[in-house]
Amino acid sequence: MDESTGCYCADIDCIWILNTETVGFKNYCFKKSLWVFHFGGASCNNCDIEILDCLTPRHDLERFGILLVGSIRHADVLLVNGSINTHDKERLIEIYNQAPKPLLVVAIGACGCTGGIFAEGYTFAGPVDKIIPVNAYIPGCPPKPEAIIAGIVKLVENS
Amino acid sequence: MAVNIFYFLIFPGLLFASVVGALLSWFDRKITARVQFRIGPPLLQPFFDFFKLLLVKETILPKHGSPLIFLITPIFAVFGATMAGVFILLPLFNITTGFRGDLLVIFYLLTIPSFSYIIGALASANPLAAVGGSREMKLILSYELTFLLFIAGIIMKCSQQFDLYTIIKTQQEGSPFIGSISGVLLFIVGIFCIQAKLALVPFDMPEAEAEITGGIFIEYSGATYAMIKLSKYIMLFILPALLIALLMNGFRLDGINILWAVLKVLSVVLLITLIRNTNPRIKIKQAIRFFMLWMNLLAVIALILIAFGY
Repeated sequence: MDESTGCYCADIDCIWILNTETVGFKNYCFKKSLWVFHFGGASCNNCDIEILDCLTPRHDLERFGILLVGSIRHADVLLVNGSINTHDKERLIEIYNQAPKPLLVVAIGACGCTGGIFAEGYTFAGPVDKIIPVNAYIPGCPPKPEAIIAGIVKLVENS
Repeated sequence: MAVNIFYFLIFPGLLFASVVGALLSWFDRKITARVQFRIGPPLLQPFFDFFKLLLVKETILPKHGSPLIFLITPIFAVFGATMAGVFILLPLFNITTGFRGDLLVIFYLLTIPSFSYIIGALASANPLAAVGGSREMKLILSYELTFLLFIAGIIMKCSQQFDLYTIIKTQQEGSPFIGSISGVLLFIVGIFCIQAKLALVPFDMPEAEAEITGGIFIEYSGATYAMIKLSKYIMLFILPALLIALLMNGFRLDGINILWAVLKVLSVVLLITLIRNTNPRIKIKQAIRFFMLWMNLLAVIALILIAFGY
């Protein structure tokens, strides 16, 4: 953790899973079994609903081995949506700290990616990538479930 | 000695039971998906989950708890499940051990995974894990007596034989125990005991994803969680196998009978999965009442029927 800014930098754990050549079998298992933990900031709940929509029978992310888990200790992917205000910032850093590495972080929705309409707000504590390292951005207000699936597929293919 | 190590590690112990259990776990998830009109995970999904947890993920130890006990209890769970698996599967595959009291040993060994989970959860110093541990303990207290009555019924049906090999042989020479009224009652009791032992949905209050977010397993990550998954896979195979050995004629391993053996395991797992998919989670108080009152009543009725020869 960088003490001066209070922000995290991408550490060594996050870099080695990006290297597909050296760790074939491990990387393949990791890509085939992404367990998702959902962190909602100060959200308007639209993105939350669309995320849950991905796991319903119509879209069924379990075909790709993606499961929603209840505990951050089991998570491989941290989905962050909603604008992160000063109150949420500590919680987000704590959740990120508690997760076992390697961990992929996905910022979902306009608020998660850039701040959206809350970017100028006085309680706004920065978009997600100013607080923790982000691996993928899925913009939209809210993004459609198809867009979220496309984002996850791109994340899996490039990681 | 070498033979015993082979029995424990390769066949029918750790390797065989865990591979079959992982495939059954895929079957369970696939059926769940089909019930909910989804497509479901690919065949090798349990292996991906296991190797990801074992090889890729970091293991985090509790700061305020007892790290040693936290680390060692999943290994105890795997050991208990494998040991029980060896005792159950050897007679099923027609290998006699010559041990005349193995049913009682199996009864004790089958409780080791649950107790390991409780001790590990309490060692993690997490309040939600403590809630899960206390629920698991109450669940054990409620179903153990019923399970003992179930085993007592089998022993009475088989004219006081404590030997799993003799029980299977008696059924194969006569008729399977499930083909009588008392046998059907014992089957109902047994299937609910298995459901509670596996902590599947009507009785999954120790894990309860929605309220206590993983409960007893909340603090486990990485390799330790992989061990817990492994013990769950093994239990998902050996408990239906035990039910088949005690009530449904066991396995016969010649020609077409291999197909019947596979179908028996799949049908018991299918029944468990359907119960899991069509029921909500009940409260721990309701579970205690369900086992202490209704299931014990059913088991006692079955025992009385057996005493009169039905």
